[in-house]
Amino acid sequence: MRLLTHNMLSSNIKGVINGFPLGIVVEKVIEKPVEMNPDFLKNMFAKIEWKALVDASRSMGYTELPEQADSSMLDSVDFLQRFHHALLELHLEEGALVCPETGRKFPVNKGIPNMLLHEDEV
Amino acid sequence: MVKPSLFLWGVAEITAASRSPLSLSLISHRAPSERLLFWAPSKMSCRIAQIHKVSSHSEVYEPCDDSFALVDALLADRTNLLEHKPTLCLELGCGSGYVITSLALMLGELPGVHYIATDVNLHAVRVTRETLQAHNVHADVIATDLASGLDSRLAGLVDVIVVNPPYVPTPDDEVGQEGITSAWAGGVDGRAVIDRILPVVDKLLSDRGWFYMVTLTSNNPLQICRQMKAGGYASRIVVQRSTEEESLHIIKFWRDSGDPMCKKETATLKKTSSGKVMDSVLSQIHRLPFWKKVESND
Ligand SMILES: C[S@@+](CC[C@H](N)C(=O)[O-])C[C@H]1O[C@@H](n2cnc3c(N)ncnc32)[C@H](O)[C@@H]1O
Repeated sequence: MRLLTHNMLSSNIKGVINGFPLGIVVEKVIEKPVEMNPDFLKNMFAKIEWKALVDASRSMGYTELPEQADSSMLDSVDFLQRFHHALLELHLEEGALVCPETGRKFPVNKGIPNMLLHEDEV
Repeated sequence: MVKPSLFLWGVAEITAASRSPLSLSLISHRAPSERLLFWAPSKMSCRIAQIHKVSSHSEVYEPCDDSFALVDALLADRTNLLEHKPTLCLELGCGSGYVITSLALMLGELPGVHYIATDVNLHAVRVTRETLQAHNVHADVIATDLASGLDSRLAGLVDVIVVNPPYVPTPDDEVGQEGITSAWAGGVDGRAVIDRILPVVDKLLSDRGWFYMVTLTSNNPLQICRQMKAGGYASRIVVQRSTEEESLHIIKFWRDSGDPMCKKETATLKKTSSGKVMDSVLSQIHRLPFWKKVESND
């Protein structure tokens, strides 16, 4: 799972109010290079929760994203490359996502988060 | 939603004259990729998933007539999709991964599209990932009920949603069972899962979003279209297909807000309505026998 998708996922347990962002427990991260598309990044920037992306990429061992970002930075190729790498090239392959409110772990195996709930959670 | 028992070699009828994906989808009834291999291997094989590379598992729905019809509908609309330039595409209920892989392949020339696929069956999400990998394309795959967990952050952001839902009429208590049953069991009129999907789609779809869904005649597609119309959606049938066992409509929905994309949809409809398939949904379904029943239900 890419961090773009992580940035779109919240804890879906019934009654949880602050289910975003999910924490990340890393067992295995893989990097898969893909071609950078500046238009896509510019388009996505407004939709991304920046702090969640910074924290998520840190958990995955990538510390090159600036704490704060605003749209003027999208003119910088250097910034775009870092944003691109964090958003699209880092994959959580094995580990877990953690509900920020309850601590419930959603396992991630073979890159696939399992968000299926137990009966008492829906 | 029945396994194909025999392969019809309808491909023999496909000549060089029918090279557009649309006319292909009109003529043919069986696995597109098998036909395509036979017909123009080098050019077309890269465009949709190849059956022999689709992974499988005894508890996972194998690509079937309905899957092929949905992919044919996407192929028929491919030129529009390429112009539409979606950013985020989502499949709910990805099963073997045949559809999301085909979508990613047919839009492969578009740079920067992010694909997400979900299924409630843990075997299915794994099989989908294998199918994607075998075709060298990427989608993030999530095991979840419909879009649970995605619906708050993805609200209004998804440009294309594709769904081949469990649509077979069954008793309601067969819906949502473990394993392969959940692939087809649709409850009363086959509407139990469809009726949960529609509000989710409405929440996720962007203003310019397009939604493609497989329906069976017993699902009462006219009523679905009217319900969506009341929610501000226009619709049209992209592919209509009758097999020995069932009659399928692949319907496309979009927000009818008078924006340029809608105008474009309307223009497409006018352009193609002289053809056999691209009639408006309402005018087609008016002729179906359940029309009377629908009227009295309203
Ligand atoms: C008819 S199969 C379609 C599979 C594949 N998309 C295709 O066209 O070949 C329906 C799929 O929806 C999945 N499904 C059923 N209910 C679901 C739900 N509530 N949430 C997510 N997926 C579901 C089933 O597991 C199955 O894989």
